[in-house]
Amino acid sequence: MDMRILKCTLNGRPVQVGYDPRESLLDTLRDRLHMTSVKRGCEVGECGACTVLIDGVATDTCLYLTDWAQGKDIVTVEGLQAPDGTLNPVQQAFVDEFAVQCGFCIPGIIMSAMEMVNSGRTYTREEIRKNLSGYLCRCTGYMNVINGVEKAVDIVNGHVGAGEQDASDVDWSQRVKDGLEADCAR
Amino acid sequence: MEKYREVGRQVKRVDARDKVTGRAMFTDDLCPKPCLVAKILHSTIGNGRVISMDVTQAKVVPGVVGVFTCFDVPKTTFPVAGHPWYAASAAAKRDVADRRLLDDRVRIYGDNIAAVVAEDEVAANRALRKIKVEYEEYPVTYDPREAMRGTNPPVQEGKPDNVVGHTLAVTPEDRLRAMGYSSVEDAVRDPRYHHFAFHAFTGEQSQAHIEVCVSYCYEENGKLTCVSSTQIPHICRRIIGQALGIPWGSVRVIKPYIGGGFGTKQDIHFEPLNAWLCHQVGGRCVKLELSREECFWDTSGRQPKDFEAEASVGDDMRLHARSIKAWSNTGGYIHHGHALVLNSVNTFRWLYHTQEDAIRCEAWTVHTNGPHTGAMRAYGVPEGIWCAECLMGDIAHDMGWDGVEFRMRNAIVPGYVDEFSPSNTISYRTDGLRACVERGKRLIGWDEKRREYAHQEGPIRRGVGVALLVYKTAVAPFALETSNCQITLNQDGTFQLQMGATEIGQGADTVFCQMAAEAIGVRTEDIHIVSTQDTDVAPYDPGAYASRQTFVSGAACKDAGQKMRERILELAARLYPDAQGGLDLRDHAVWDAAGNRLVDLPELALEAYYNLHRTDQISTRGQATVHQNALVTGCTFCDVTVDVPLAQVTVNKIVSVQDNGRLMNPKLVEQQMHGGMAQSIGFALSEELLVDPKTGRVRNATLLDYKVPTAMDVPELIAENVETQDPMGPYGNKAVGETPIISPAPAIRDAILNATGVKFYEMPMTPQRLFEGFKREGLI
Repeated sequence: MDMRILKCTLNGRPVQVGYDPRESLLDTLRDRLHMTSVKRGCEVGECGACTVLIDGVATDTCLYLTDWAQGKDIVTVEGLQAPDGTLNPVQQAFVDEFAVQCGFCIPGIIMSAMEMVNSGRTYTREEIRKNLSGYLCRCTGYMNVINGVEKAVDIVNGHVGAGEQDASDVDWSQRVKDGLEADCAR
Repeated sequence: MEKYREVGRQVKRVDARDKVTGRAMFTDDLCPKPCLVAKILHSTIGNGRVISMDVTQAKVVPGVVGVFTCFDVPKTTFPVAGHPWYAASAAAKRDVADRRLLDDRVRIYGDNIAAVVAEDEVAANRALRKIKVEYEEYPVTYDPREAMRGTNPPVQEGKPDNVVGHTLAVTPEDRLRAMGYSSVEDAVRDPRYHHFAFHAFTGEQSQAHIEVCVSYCYEENGKLTCVSSTQIPHICRRIIGQALGIPWGSVRVIKPYIGGGFGTKQDIHFEPLNAWLCHQVGGRCVKLELSREECFWDTSGRQPKDFEAEASVGDDMRLHARSIKAWSNTGGYIHHGHALVLNSVNTFRWLYHTQEDAIRCEAWTVHTNGPHTGAMRAYGVPEGIWCAECLMGDIAHDMGWDGVEFRMRNAIVPGYVDEFSPSNTISYRTDGLRACVERGKRLIGWDEKRREYAHQEGPIRRGVGVALLVYKTAVAPFALETSNCQITLNQDGTFQLQMGATEIGQGADTVFCQMAAEAIGVRTEDIHIVSTQDTDVAPYDPGAYASRQTFVSGAACKDAGQKMRERILELAARLYPDAQGGLDLRDHAVWDAAGNRLVDLPELALEAYYNLHRTDQISTRGQATVHQNALVTGCTFCDVTVDVPLAQVTVNKIVSVQDNGRLMNPKLVEQQMHGGMAQSIGFALSEELLVDPKTGRVRNATLLDYKVPTAMDVPELIAENVETQDPMGPYGNKAVGETPIISPAPAIRDAILNATGVKFYEMPMTPQRLFEGFKREGLI
């Protein structure tokens, strides 16, 4: 089949690339645009590892034809660092809260966390669990991932750090754990 | 306890930044695109033989480069398990070679019978559909005990009863006779004691790592290079060499970051076929990536097992005798063989064999036409502990005893040595279990909840449960345990650390940096680890399995670090002959005994590299061969809600507390515990590969139908440690990685028993099994 040209915005920059009209956005991003953070785990929308933001919406690229991405604004994990290399608050929280193990599912989960961060509101842990329930992570038991998302969302949209020197210094997992222990004792 | 500076610090993971920025490269990320792709044709029968294959139409599909059938590949058989190889002096310990690249003898549904190499995946898949196969079909056997009665033909040639291995550890007859018993059965059924018995079953759990199995191969400089998502690069090199009949030195294996393994990638499933196909097409780059579906049935999950267990117990809460018989279904190929179920029955014994008069542990591993099975996290132990804890739970429940008190009356104690294992090297040498249990009890609120949950009625009930665990560290004395490590001083006074051991997500690279820094006497931040193993340059180490790396490879790392420290001080002594007394390396400088700062480390490093009279780029090799084993213990407490009519269990709270010796990095230990707990919750309640016994076909080979827990299925996880110093670990440490997957599942079972009074013996306790149990007991 003849190739077509995709014109879209990728991580803030306009791009043009040839694609086979039968191709998924996952394959175009990985194999033609070298966005290798977008991971292939199942190719049928079961695992979430291939999630990117398309016009701000967290989307499984394995279920999204490249053809549909004409003119869209696409963001992957490669586009999150500040120009000077500073990590985005979600990336930093994932490092600080030990949310990363093998790291294969992490880029997809980070993009979903970005959707929450960009919403401008905060989320309960139950809401975060629900929002992340489309991702399979086999290493972490989700505990530190949820800690990382909750912390990042609260740093950006909430009131974490009020009266504290630097919100990113908060040991979030210790906070969560203290809460759980107090809960156990009740 | 010994004081450490770097070891024990909560250092951030050295790979975290690359993994959150998308810069961490996994196998397919490195693969040059476009490249040729290989796809495998799988049999559509579960037992039989390929009579003929017609590939004429497949070969003419546009984009197809080559079609290769089971009649084209060499007759060579090779072993695939991630076990050490042995020299001729110990040839009997070598693994059995029962696999071929492609095989005309079909032993399982979906066996590999042909392969296509094409310009792209679409062409390869089209060609696969055009291959015509003629089979001779035999009946399928999936039940191991039925298979033991013999099949015609046997699953593997030369094994008419299909038995792969059989072991028996039993209290010696003279000791039994002295107590007036003729056998262990006789002891277990002594009418002076209370007798308990059951049949149990544990299903096939799948590792379900999110990165599928993938490799690519190409030829370069007259050598075959294979880049693979493997836990065991050096073993991969050896097995490619064996399978292709080429010198092992002409194979180079590169292991980048890998997206989870949990035992799947402790087998060499497809790298040899990938390498052979690459050679058939002139050494062009060929990628072989399994689909998610293939991962479920064409790699190796946890062996399903049947058990019969019995116990006798006195009124004084003392276990008197126990017996376990286990039948493990290894499927069509041997892979890890009998070692798995041996772990099951051994750990059944170790956990509660402190004062029993008699014990009997018998196990068989059997070939069937089921999917081949192999290593999965904790390697047979969760299944054995499941049985041990079903017994303890039943006894405490029926006798009206406190489950914690009863377990602790019989549980493993410091100084325990396994009487049946070679050379008495398997021992529990620390004393953390009691403190773990006390802490767990307090965190869950055991006494209060037991009182609160007594005498419940109605459809929704709460329960609280407990289970203990025991696990070993590495594989000595059963198998060779060896490792190597290389450390090199850089010009700026930092160090290159190169391990043969592999990072597979568990945090090994970070912990090795801490261990090396501790031994040299510098900061962890001064160590640059070479994360990728390239067998052309990485020192030999068998790889990531058996929770062995911090224990065995850590010893090699410590050895290299200590040698580096000595060499640095020797160099300083030579350059500063007037220094007073013994020298010391601290705060990035060398000091003499009088407290004079002789030279900063970076300056000394420049002398090492560029001194006009004598250069010496300091590089040290660390080695370890370990003959001892160190037992780990721990416990899980959990609180559940059971909705009886819906047959649904919700885990409300779960607490695991373990004695893993010294913690090299407490946050990384916690990470391992969280992940293990979640996988065990899955094993307890939802994860089971379903095999149709009539055809041997897997019925739920997708992530939609195979139920891995999501963020909504896993509760808040509380993971803690009681820190002890194990005398066998390089820094007082012992196994961590696999230990947390053992005790949560039986603790959930115990909590369901507490809530409902219903005893379940089959794992996972899916809604179907729960419904049947509740109905059987009249709750529904």
